[in-house]
Amino acid sequence: MSQVIQDKVIDENLKWSKINHDLIRTMETPGKMWWTAVLVCVAMVACAVAAEIYQYKYGLGSVGLNNPHMWDMYIATFVFWIGMSHAGTLLSAILHIIHAQWRKPIYRFAEAMTTFSLMTAGFFPMIHLGRVWNLYWVLPYVSDRGIWPNFRSPLVWDAFAISTYLSASALFLVIGMIPDMAVLRDHTKGWRKKVYGLMALGWRGDDRQWRNFRRTYMLMACFLIPLAISVHSIVSSDFAMSIMPGWHITSFPPYFVAGALYSGCAAIMTLFVVLRYFYRWEDYMTKNIMEKTCKLTFAIAMVWTYLNLIEFSSVWYGHNVYDKELLIDKATGPYAAVFWTMIICGMVAPFGLVFQSWRRHMPTMFVMSIVLQISMFTERWMIVAPTLSMSHAPHQWDILWGSVIEWAIVFGSFGWFSLLFLLFCKFLPAISTYEVKELCFHLKHEIEEEKREAEQKAKNTSAAGSQQPVSGSPGLEGA
Amino acid sequence: MSLSNILDNLSRFRQDAESERYGHHDYEHRFGMAIDLDICIGCNACSTACYAENNLPVVGKDYFEQGQAMHWMRIERYWDDEELEHPERGASFIPMMCQQCGAATCEPVCPVAATYHTPDGLNAQVYNRCIGSRYCSNNCPFRVRYFNFWSFYESSWPEPLNQQLNPDLSVRDKGVMEKCTFCIQRIRVAKDSAAREERNMIDGDVITACAQACPTNAIVFGDTMDPTSQVSLAWKKHEVKRGPYTHKEAKSDEEIRGYRVFDELNVDPSVMYLERVRDSEV
Repeated sequence: MSQVIQDKVIDENLKWSKINHDLIRTMETPGKMWWTAVLVCVAMVACAVAAEIYQYKYGLGSVGLNNPHMWDMYIATFVFWIGMSHAGTLLSAILHIIHAQWRKPIYRFAEAMTTFSLMTAGFFPMIHLGRVWNLYWVLPYVSDRGIWPNFRSPLVWDAFAISTYLSASALFLVIGMIPDMAVLRDHTKGWRKKVYGLMALGWRGDDRQWRNFRRTYMLMACFLIPLAISVHSIVSSDFAMSIMPGWHITSFPPYFVAGALYSGCAAIMTLFVVLRYFYRWEDYMTKNIMEKTCKLTFAIAMVWTYLNLIEFSSVWYGHNVYDKELLIDKATGPYAAVFWTMIICGMVAPFGLVFQSWRRHMPTMFVMSIVLQISMFTERWMIVAPTLSMSHAPHQWDILWGSVIEWAIVFGSFGWFSLLFLLFCKFLPAISTYEVKELCFHLKHEIEEEKREAEQKAKNTSAAGSQQPVSGSPGLEGA
Repeated sequence: MSLSNILDNLSRFRQDAESERYGHHDYEHRFGMAIDLDICIGCNACSTACYAENNLPVVGKDYFEQGQAMHWMRIERYWDDEELEHPERGASFIPMMCQQCGAATCEPVCPVAATYHTPDGLNAQVYNRCIGSRYCSNNCPFRVRYFNFWSFYESSWPEPLNQQLNPDLSVRDKGVMEKCTFCIQRIRVAKDSAAREERNMIDGDVITACAQACPTNAIVFGDTMDPTSQVSLAWKKHEVKRGPYTHKEAKSDEEIRGYRVFDELNVDPSVMYLERVRDSEV
């Protein structure tokens, strides 16, 4: 117990120069590991590109789709990536607004993850179109024939929601990096200096700039939170707005948002461990922060579990024959293995986060986060596939496991995401130096404050004076 | 141009939404069908006629087994439980095609409005507009929408078979959704000739390929808005009404066999089926 109390979010005595140096050293000439990782990712993407070329040329039949299964893994993977994108917003916007300080050293890469997973997700609705070359018809451009998209269709809402969210989160990422860009500008040479100088937008760090910066950042955060929630609600409408059993469920929007935060937190945990290990960032990505992330994940996992159970029980007691049969079939039919993987990995495994010794053990947490990710992936699969396999018309019941083409593209999407993330780590600051500095400063300030308070108290008690002790937590603004 | 377009559509939409009538269209016709399953012998002639009429590609065994066949009209087969007291001899079957629902679930979900409701009461599918998102098929409880998963036309009609293609409608390429149209090309021809002769369409002007080919006349096709048409009479006789599902309204006689498939989903299908009289009931 004493260990927990002494354990700090971050060592407040970190030298600012050390923080700068620790960031810049990770962005130096890439080593062998980095190149290997990039090569692996490029190979994965190449698999997907080859598969996509084949599919483009010969048609969607190569994906193995058939009459009941008009959608399959593409849509499931799309929902998975969209879901992952919610973590960044959670950490950088929601936790920013509620002043959770511990988010500061880790929010930057989570935010980058948001943008990149959206960039990955965005491919899937395009890939899965039969005539992708007519994609722009979904957009409400002014046509001389007066033809508009169908504004009642959730797919059109998707197009709006995702493009808005992608541009807003990318903007948020770029804005949040301005002070760090200035640091990098001052510490690098050559072309990097030019690029970072441009991205720093003439940052000098004077009072006016900080004030404007904070205001903009807060405004963007407030804008992004409802956006993030609405995006996944709209993605859930793709299903909830239909009449299919297992899709037409009122609780889908909150269920999807909870699932999104869940998979996002799991992804943060994975990348946390990876960055901590490879960049030796133990000073910033401390075990304390991991613990807090784990607790947050656990809470979200419980919300998700609850919503899942609500869904099951409302189907069970609703006695809608189509829904109920589908639920029974999910649990006992051909997809049972996948379904139970989802239940065990998503509802039972998070209880491992209860143990402090587990939470503080990085390899365990790596495995745990992967387990949670698997649960989230299978969850999306179990939303999309079984409904189509066992919908209203029994004549059209079928099972689909997908073809090589389909799995290659799904596989490649992970490569694409990792590739973007690897490039990000080398070219942009994966850790927010200015917020870490701010955090150290505050902690120092707090400790001093406490000390002073204690001293005053001692004085007061000894003197039995009438003066009130100074109370209240130190302000969080300014740095 | 565009703004007035939006406003026009909006006012029409409001009109429709506020009207008390179920469904929201000013119909000229509402084509419908009545299919008597007791007369149907499951010979697949309707399906074959449909292939010939609508340029449907024959996909071959492999694709058929993958579930990628393009049979707009299909004969669904169901087997009774062996343990029943009077199991049916052989399979029960039902010809299933697009039900041209009045409140079609496929229509609102199409992102580009490639499927829409015509004044004839049909769900039209605009091939040229379709981008192949396949949401319509996902939302169809009957699963009667067929997607061109491959460029079937390349192999389906080798020379000289391409000479037998119906010139009245297109051959579809990959990436496009299609489905039963109630032989819309025949409806067009009948409408045009009626207009030339300066008369209204009468029952019997149009007959779909399936109804035409049916050896037992199990399929009756016509305009359900015309009270004298055969199909209207059949609907009336079997007490099936347009509009929302009202399962509480009991039929006046147990002998009356009319029903619509998935009526309880409130999609207002345009096809009425007459139940098969089972051996055990006779």
